[in-house]
Amino acid sequence: MANIKELAAQKEKFLGGHRACAGCGATIAARQVLLAAQQPVVVGAATGCLEVISTIYPYTAWGVPYIHNAFENVAATISGVESAYRAFRKRGKIDKEIRFIAFGGDGGTYDIGLQALSGMIERRHRMLYVCYNNEAYMNTGIQRSSATPSGAHTTTSPAGTVIPGKMQPRKNLTEIIIAHDPAYAAQASIGHWNDLVTKVRKALDADGPSFINILSPCRLGWAYAPEKTAVVARLAMECCIWSLYEYENGKYKITVKPKEKKPIEEYLKMQGRFGHLFKLKDNTTIPDFQAEIDRQWERLLKRSAE
Amino acid sequence: MNKNIVVARTGNEAMAEAMRQINPDVVAAYPITPATEVVQLFASFVADGQVTTEFVPAESEHSALSACVGASSAGARVMTSTSSQGLALMHEILFIAGGLRLPIVICLVNRSLSSPINIHCDHSDSLASRDSGWLQIFTENTQEAYDSTIMAVKIAEEALMPVMVTTDGFIISHGMERVELVDDKEVPKWLGERVVKNSLLDLDHPITLGALDLQDYYFEHKRSQIDAMDHVLPIIDKAQNDFAKEFGRHYPILEEYKMDDAEVAILAMGSTGGTAKVAVERMRENGKKVGLIRCRVYRPFPREAMLKALTKVNVVGIMDRADTLSSMGGHLYNDCRSVLYDSNTKPILKNYVYGLGGRDISIEEIESIYEELLAFKKTGKVDKDIAYYGVRGE
Repeated sequence: MANIKELAAQKEKFLGGHRACAGCGATIAARQVLLAAQQPVVVGAATGCLEVISTIYPYTAWGVPYIHNAFENVAATISGVESAYRAFRKRGKIDKEIRFIAFGGDGGTYDIGLQALSGMIERRHRMLYVCYNNEAYMNTGIQRSSATPSGAHTTTSPAGTVIPGKMQPRKNLTEIIIAHDPAYAAQASIGHWNDLVTKVRKALDADGPSFINILSPCRLGWAYAPEKTAVVARLAMECCIWSLYEYENGKYKITVKPKEKKPIEEYLKMQGRFGHLFKLKDNTTIPDFQAEIDRQWERLLKRSAE
Repeated sequence: MNKNIVVARTGNEAMAEAMRQINPDVVAAYPITPATEVVQLFASFVADGQVTTEFVPAESEHSALSACVGASSAGARVMTSTSSQGLALMHEILFIAGGLRLPIVICLVNRSLSSPINIHCDHSDSLASRDSGWLQIFTENTQEAYDSTIMAVKIAEEALMPVMVTTDGFIISHGMERVELVDDKEVPKWLGERVVKNSLLDLDHPITLGALDLQDYYFEHKRSQIDAMDHVLPIIDKAQNDFAKEFGRHYPILEEYKMDDAEVAILAMGSTGGTAKVAVERMRENGKKVGLIRCRVYRPFPREAMLKALTKVNVVGIMDRADTLSSMGGHLYNDCRSVLYDSNTKPILKNYVYGLGGRDISIEEIESIYEELLAFKKTGKVDKDIAYYGVRGE
């Protein structure tokens, strides 16, 4: 169990002064992940918000070695860094323990980077892939991704007079990753720092590929007040819309359970991206959404009970 | 200087042998015809413990080169191999490797680009990558492919620029030839260790690579890369001279063959150079003074040497095994016209775009081109600027 005083006393590895929006969830994710790491780390980022806001030349927010290559290939890039490390270890040129972390947004992970991520896990590189999931392409101005939940307004799934936002449910990427049987996989949230830190430590200790999908709200794309980022993230767990669980040694475990499962309306009404759903006549969208969330939650309960 | 062992090898086998002897830190690759053998032979060297390389069998060429970028940024000596669509899929990352000044070496087996799909040789794949910041070396035969692969590592690491060494698909890649191999121990000795100034694995000096570079710095950084390209020829030359001193085989940046008294010449790249040399010999047996210019290093373009060679003759037939699809003919033709613009003496030029999709070019056909060039010399003009040679309906 992590101790917040001990974490706060650490030297920052992801530093302030970057260009992220106020209330940015992605930067909270990056900072918490790096503070959790107990070994030296080398990191990479896919093209996206985190990359753009953290490395505007000649400045950098990264206090650890960092590489950005392109959008769809951070898993492949860091698998190359890790391979070089293994080659140097084998040849006696390096003896330090180093861990490797790749950061990608949901666009760079669920969509364009899925193939590279799948390849990295299948080849069993010892590295942690972190998806800072803000459920749309925020860097290019809020376009739908396959992580965008149904009903959400984005600029490429706009809430129009005929079509009320995104019509398709989001892809369950964490399950796709678990199907690869990684050494460790989890869903986490920037709203639950202790759970997140514990998961990062487990992932970095796992002898093989690991993956953490971190819900990282975007105040601009989700349209809520910037000071509410952690609140929105916590509510996602409480409504079972974003479940905190892990997969380890072939077993599922729900790591944080809501005391009382809240209806998804509480989560949806906080965010402008779902605002249009409450104005629809004969609305079946929210009940359908709730039914889908209930089904997924029941399935997770069943899996974690096995 | 008896360091060479004579064997029979295909181009792919020779390149794989060179990679075995280099024993890179990391090889990340993906199979594609006709380069597949390079990758699979190397995988067998790994499996048999003949190398200690970390082999990354990537799930695509895009990821293969991406892993190469990561590994090279970590200070590793890194190689890969591909062809055609594979190189096209790498295209995005070629520019990143070039811009980050990473000394990665690609063993590239030239194959035409789709569509139509075709697995045989032309230069459309490598030439589509000519502006990506990679040095490009076109080899004529198996021996040269082997030697150039070894030299490429030295050149890349000296220049801090990535290098493509190309062979012609099937013609060289699958053609068995006599090759002199350097002794296994001599290759790593000649290359030495990669000297790394900045590495991702240097925890005491953390670096940020691939930063966002906007209007206020991008141009300066790009200019420095252009400047490096402007100054790389002497580095290539030095490596070639050192190689010759050590192993006895010397390669020029631009090869001139029987050019000193030639009246007309052909300019070509790749295996056609070898075919043309035989044609030159046959023509000369009949008293016809013809010569050959072979562009071995295509990037950077050897403009001074090219100008010198081109202006030695009255007529040059420029043979391009790819077309720019711009209504302007082939790549070499356009480069040469540009080189000649400021020259007071200019040969007349005819562009022969030939051999697309692996269509064979024979000694006799090259002889007939020489005859045509000799006829142009008499009349002082060519019949047309650009010809598509050996294609139906022309």
